[in-house]
Amino acid sequence: MTQVELLEVNNIGISFGGLRAVDNVSLTIKNGQLYGLIGPNGSGKTTLFNMITGVYKPTSGTFYFNGENLTGKSPVEINKKGIARTFQNIRLFKNMSVIDNVKVGLHNKHKYTMFESILRLPRFFHEEQKMEEEALELLGVFDLDKEKDSLACNLPYGKQRKLEIARALATGPKLLLLDEPAAGMNPNETEELMETIRFIRDNFNMTILLIEHDMKLVSGICEEISVLNFGTLLASGKTSEVLNNPEVIAAYLGE
Amino acid sequence: MKRINLKSHRNLIFVAAAIVVYAFIAYGMNSNLLPRATQTLAIKACYNVILALSLSLIVGFLGELSLGHAGFFALGAYSGCIFSINSNLPIELRFVLAALIGGTVAAIGGFLISSSILRLQGDYLAIVTLAFGEIIRSFIKIIPVTGGTAGLGGIPSLGSKLKTFTFSYVFVILTILVIRNIVASSHGRAITSIRDNAIAAESIGINIKLYKIKVFTVGAFFAGIAGVILGHYINFIEPANFNYNVSIEILVMVVLGGMGNLLGSIIAAVVITFLPEILRGFDQYRLLIYALALIFMMLASNSPRIINFRVKAREKAAGLYKKLFTRKEE
Amino acid sequence: MQQFIMTLIDGINLGSVYALVALGYTMVYGIAKMLNFAHGDIIMVGAYTIVVFITRLSISVPLAMILCVAFCALLGFVVEKLAYKPLRHATPLSVLITAIGVSYLLQNLALLIFGTNRQFIVRFIDVGNFNLFGVSVSGISVIIWVTTIVIMIGLYTFIKKTKLGRAMLAVSEDKGAAQLMGINVNRTISITFVIGSALAGVASILYSAKYLNVDPYTGSLFGIKAFAAAVFGGIGSIPGAMIGGLLIGLIEALTASYLPFNLNAASDGFAFVILIIMLVLKPTGLLGKKNTEKV
Repeated sequence: MTQVELLEVNNIGISFGGLRAVDNVSLTIKNGQLYGLIGPNGSGKTTLFNMITGVYKPTSGTFYFNGENLTGKSPVEINKKGIARTFQNIRLFKNMSVIDNVKVGLHNKHKYTMFESILRLPRFFHEEQKMEEEALELLGVFDLDKEKDSLACNLPYGKQRKLEIARALATGPKLLLLDEPAAGMNPNETEELMETIRFIRDNFNMTILLIEHDMKLVSGICEEISVLNFGTLLASGKTSEVLNNPEVIAAYLGE
Repeated sequence: MKRINLKSHRNLIFVAAAIVVYAFIAYGMNSNLLPRATQTLAIKACYNVILALSLSLIVGFLGELSLGHAGFFALGAYSGCIFSINSNLPIELRFVLAALIGGTVAAIGGFLISSSILRLQGDYLAIVTLAFGEIIRSFIKIIPVTGGTAGLGGIPSLGSKLKTFTFSYVFVILTILVIRNIVASSHGRAITSIRDNAIAAESIGINIKLYKIKVFTVGAFFAGIAGVILGHYINFIEPANFNYNVSIEILVMVVLGGMGNLLGSIIAAVVITFLPEILRGFDQYRLLIYALALIFMMLASNSPRIINFRVKAREKAAGLYKKLFTRKEE
Repeated sequence: MQQFIMTLIDGINLGSVYALVALGYTMVYGIAKMLNFAHGDIIMVGAYTIVVFITRLSISVPLAMILCVAFCALLGFVVEKLAYKPLRHATPLSVLITAIGVSYLLQNLALLIFGTNRQFIVRFIDVGNFNLFGVSVSGISVIIWVTTIVIMIGLYTFIKKTKLGRAMLAVSEDKGAAQLMGINVNRTISITFVIGSALAGVASILYSAKYLNVDPYTGSLFGIKAFAAAVFGGIGSIPGAMIGGLLIGLIEALTASYLPFNLNAASDGFAFVILIIMLVLKPTGLLGKKNTEKV
């Protein structure tokens, strides 16, 4: 595959009441890349995610996705264009079943009108059948198919993280943003997660941007990374090079 | 395959139950075996069930509190009944048309109010719906065509109680089917996802604003139909029929039935309808019981202490059951 | 002109009481992040205590006023402890429904105890009229204004200067961080409720002194309008509550006296129309700040 730019962030920034949370950050992610975003707590990583997914509107700068300017668009529009995400503090639909969580992700893919559902017209059954199949397939990838009917809130922590990824994938994105996917996982689970992330990239033709504190995971799977510090970009480039950059080390260990 | 079988099974049970209930009440009315008061309450139960289901869609599934449901109820009642009074069509047709008109006018109200409060949620939204209900009632008082504070009389009757009940019952069944079919669909899942986590729902492309409008419009539509039934059954309506207490009463039905539980809402609506009968002589405590029910239901489902107690009680019950069960096997 | 000024003064009176009530809402909403639906009903309860203490038991007026405020504060404490505290981690919807339940409970308790009929209150604060720029102003009005201003300033100083006040500010900013700084969040919220309810007690005294009657529904409508005032001024802002309260009071007094008689039945309706317009156009209020949910 040719290396086409999928996401291009140009000098993006945002202020909250005088506080510059993210300032002048630029980065470029190519199609099919596994890209890492690291930095100390409060350095603006999640805020950057929130801007790219439309939760916050940037106060300066732009970002292009697939060549299209999506700056300031709504989360719904951005998701429809092909960006999906997970959250740092897991946000599942807790009182819905595991499979229904994924089916909500498929909502825009297999459509029928409310009228068709009220009258139970053929398209309802047809599309529901497809949703059921696709949801089961996705759950299978994450080894969640046995728990498909339990409530999402009853899943153990690690599986909740996986379910969130499955739900994001259900929307059929081109770019997947993972916010600390390994948070709270033990080394074994992290190892398994790394496998899964690679699997997603290869089998779903996915580009993945992830925020992570676990350096083993970052250096293990990310080809390129960017480092944020106090809302600004500290360094960008090949993972091994960036991690050896003295400035980055200083930021992590503290001056 | 099994799943589908099970589902159709459930539908069969529903149809059978609906027919049995109807047959029982219709026979009781026809033969006058049912006490007069019960006959009257059976009709009241019809519009209460419709009200509870329509509010359940908003509160139990979308997760937004509407304190102005009586407003939609009123819009439907007045518009449908005014049509009915001024029409010369056969009464049956007139009633059905009135229901559609009442439902539509209320739905327009629901559409307008929900599209003006798209940015609001939670407490603010609840206050706006409350205000909306009061505004409707206030303006009914000053518009000449509604009869003002004196009320609107001369609303035609369908004839016998049995006939009124039958027509109302059909609307109940239609309401159950429509709302259940919405809830058990991709749209229902989208609505529920907004209740569970709005930010996550948006992140996977669920259009919250659109669903807010749709849910309020559908909910208001059915509340409007309930209003038309009320009007044609008591033949006289006044603003006091639609005050804040009515909105609260409907909310109590939804909360008692368990949020997001349609069958529960239906049962709760019927129970609340018959509550004055059950509490004969203690009716002045009815509203107090509502208040306590609201508080208790919320504490029971949220207070850590009570949840703990419930879990322990369930474990004990399970243990006891196991003991009894194993003894049997010996 | 004379009538217009009278209407304005009336509006300011009403608005001052609204402002006091709005203050209670804004404090509780700002700190506990919940709409205390029962706040208005505590005012109703306060007015009934005035009926009992002054009209029925003929207790001396200053003592009755103290008892009224104490009773309201106690009621706030009990309600918070029994109904709201167990729900700290519940969904906002559950908390709101509980608050509505509490409001409804108070209303119907009052209904059971005192009946639907309006209870009349003897004129317990009797001061002569003042002459203000050639217009005669009732003594009650002056007392209402002075009390409101004193309480505003007092509360403002309390929050800015005392340790407890700053703890409240911290909790309203960020519960988690406040907890980490060693602030007892749970207790701070409880105290906020007690102070808010005591304010409702003061408001109930002023209300009773001015209107001289009470019924079980006095509080709810009044409370909702006061909440609108708090929202309009900006939730969490003390001067905002003042401005919002005055504005709502003025609007109400003006519509009540200049609306044609045949539309008077709908005067509450007009108040609510204004409320909706305010909430829809400016949900963050005049002096409030935008509250974005952390993602």
